Amino acid sequence: MNENQLDQLKFRDPARAKALAEALRREVAALGRPASVMHVCGSHEQAIARFGLRSAFPRELSVIMGPGCPVCVTDTPEVDEAVALARQGVRISTYGDMLRVPGTVKSLADAVADGAKVDVVYSVNQAIEVAEKHPDEQCVFFASGFETTAVATAAALVHGVPANFSVLSAHKYIPPAMEIVAEMPDTKVEGFLAAGHAAAITGAAVFEPFVKRHKLPVVVAGFEPLDILAALVKLLELVKEKRAEVVNMYPRVVSWEGNKPAQERLWKVFKPAGGRWRGIAHIPNGNLRLTDEWAHVDARRRFQIDLAGLWDYAPSQLAQRCICGDIMAGLKQPDSCQLFGKECTPESPVGACMVSAEGSCRIWHTYGGVPDLKDVA
Amino acid sequence: MASDRIGMKHGSGGRAMRQLVEDVFLSLGGPVDGVGLAELDDGAALRVGDQWLVVTTDSHVVHPRFFPGGDIGRLAVCGTVNDLAMMGATEPAGLTCAVVLEEGFPRAELERIRDSMKRACDEAGVTIVTGDTKVMGKGEVDGIVLNTTGVAMTRRIVRDSGLRVGDRIIVTGTIADHGMAVMRERRALDLEGDLRSDVAPLNGLVRAALRAGGDDVVALKDPTRGGLGSALHEFAQKAGVGVLLDLQSVPVTAAVQAACEVLGIDPLLVANEGKAVVGVRSGAAERVLAAIREHPLGRGAAIVGTAIAERPGNVILDTGFGKRILAEAEGEILPRIC
Repeated sequence: MNENQLDQLKFRDPARAKALAEALRREVAALGRPASVMHVCGSHEQAIARFGLRSAFPRELSVIMGPGCPVCVTDTPEVDEAVALARQGVRISTYGDMLRVPGTVKSLADAVADGAKVDVVYSVNQAIEVAEKHPDEQCVFFASGFETTAVATAAALVHGVPANFSVLSAHKYIPPAMEIVAEMPDTKVEGFLAAGHAAAITGAAVFEPFVKRHKLPVVVAGFEPLDILAALVKLLELVKEKRAEVVNMYPRVVSWEGNKPAQERLWKVFKPAGGRWRGIAHIPNGNLRLTDEWAHVDARRRFQIDLAGLWDYAPSQLAQRCICGDIMAGLKQPDSCQLFGKECTPESPVGACMVSAEGSCRIWHTYGGVPDLKDVA
Repeated sequence: MASDRIGMKHGSGGRAMRQLVEDVFLSLGGPVDGVGLAELDDGAALRVGDQWLVVTTDSHVVHPRFFPGGDIGRLAVCGTVNDLAMMGATEPAGLTCAVVLEEGFPRAELERIRDSMKRACDEAGVTIVTGDTKVMGKGEVDGIVLNTTGVAMTRRIVRDSGLRVGDRIIVTGTIADHGMAVMRERRALDLEGDLRSDVAPLNGLVRAALRAGGDDVVALKDPTRGGLGSALHEFAQKAGVGVLLDLQSVPVTAAVQAACEVLGIDPLLVANEGKAVVGVRSGAAERVLAAIREHPLGRGAAIVGTAIAERPGNVILDTGFGKRILAEAEGEILPRIC
């Protein structure tokens, strides 16, 4: 274990967690009514589920998982583009979770079964290595993820890529999605936990306009159990005192301005574009697309993508019963879906939320859902 | 949904595998005087006079064949010795060894595997009493498949269904060492720290536990594929009790913890090859724990859980931060991708 890892263990201290859970209980009691807050990050849900934090939250507090999984919100047409490219003989590399995200009729995993060349990679650099190993083939990196991984893609492009390499961007930008959730007519969300790793790039300041516009507090939170508990205590305090502010509770990683050089690269390579997020809505400025300067590595402009060939099949009946959209918007929970754990499992997922390790359905399935265990032993 | 093809998940020791065995093979069983196929225990126990004849069999395939801490030969001997021990049969009478080889397999490697089997046999106090050898064409089998069958006589068998509410659960040392060592080798992962398989014959350790605890040792299981989590699920389901697992007291080395953290893997679901999970009546727990800790393979043993009346059939994990249900392992355990 290196020093950094040991340092992180400070944020895994059960005694301090109990004190924070008690502080959270006091804040909610002082509020005197039920409250709902939302986090917008799969990694937050992972930590909450894995450490069983929900059993330590007060009953009156509902911590909703919002559209925080970039794999889950990758929309059908984006998957279709990747599948069509793969069927046209282009070599695709992508993150493993993207393989099984359903398109209109097929996923990339289905394309592999049909003989397409798809490589699973852990980073954009590995995708570039794939291209270097196959100089005679066209290689496309099907890129997904929020600001965090988009920055890595941008840095790689700025650094220079082989001539046979291009990018099919399904990168997403999270701040506009928070706007949409805040504006949903049914929303009960009174405050947001923002994802610490994305904020490390954008800076906590990026949430200022949102806070002003929607009069809702935003607390930037890290991913250890103590980070999450401390951020929730702060968020509930802001809710109680009706203070719409941005508070950075992850200062060991996140600064107010963020990582300026990374932001410069991000906006040099990408521009925000409107587009659908699966199951949520059309999100203005929610997608990151390559700027004109990078047209030569933009798979959408470099290739004629033939989507029509995919549409000879009818979409699955099951998919129509999937409620991923409502789940990602925070309106429903996985256990209210008829398919959850029956027709839809990690082994044979119907909806995107069951595919990704950061999807709410997958997390609930992995960690045994959220049965009420407050009274056990 | 039942698939019409066998997938890798059907061999990973989780729910999919149990379902396959139940659907396809269970009908081969029949009534026996003792523990038969239907019990899906670590082995069978057939009554012979006033004793039990315990039989168990296991086929071994592993990639890579040699890994830090062990190899396929050591694994084949220990796996079967341990399955006997988990029935309470700690004096193996003999092992069989059947080997299926691929054409072209290096003879030197085969001899290395033989030497390793010999060492493991010596540690366990057992010999190979008969065997069988087959060679298949190139590509018809992947290198080598080793099967061992073990037989032993015992006066008392210990089942994996013996827990009652209030019983304590001991794990005999650090978990997830074997699975993580093999995973690092297999995927050539660049991880820091010493990851070393724990593969070892446990009959001596179990003998010590049984000597100290006698009839108060009520359940035994080796947490191989599917890890400690799957072993506890079997305890809970077969005994109809809940199991409360205290995560903070589960022994894990810093290297395994860090590797699991990086890869997004739960060490509770990772295979062990040299650990036992022991269910003990609460009054005897400390005594049995002390006896296990005196054994060289049990120095890191700890009491990690309790059988409870709530949530029968389930394992509840107290993380120290809160509680959650420990879901059963399903399918292959792979590193999380993103």
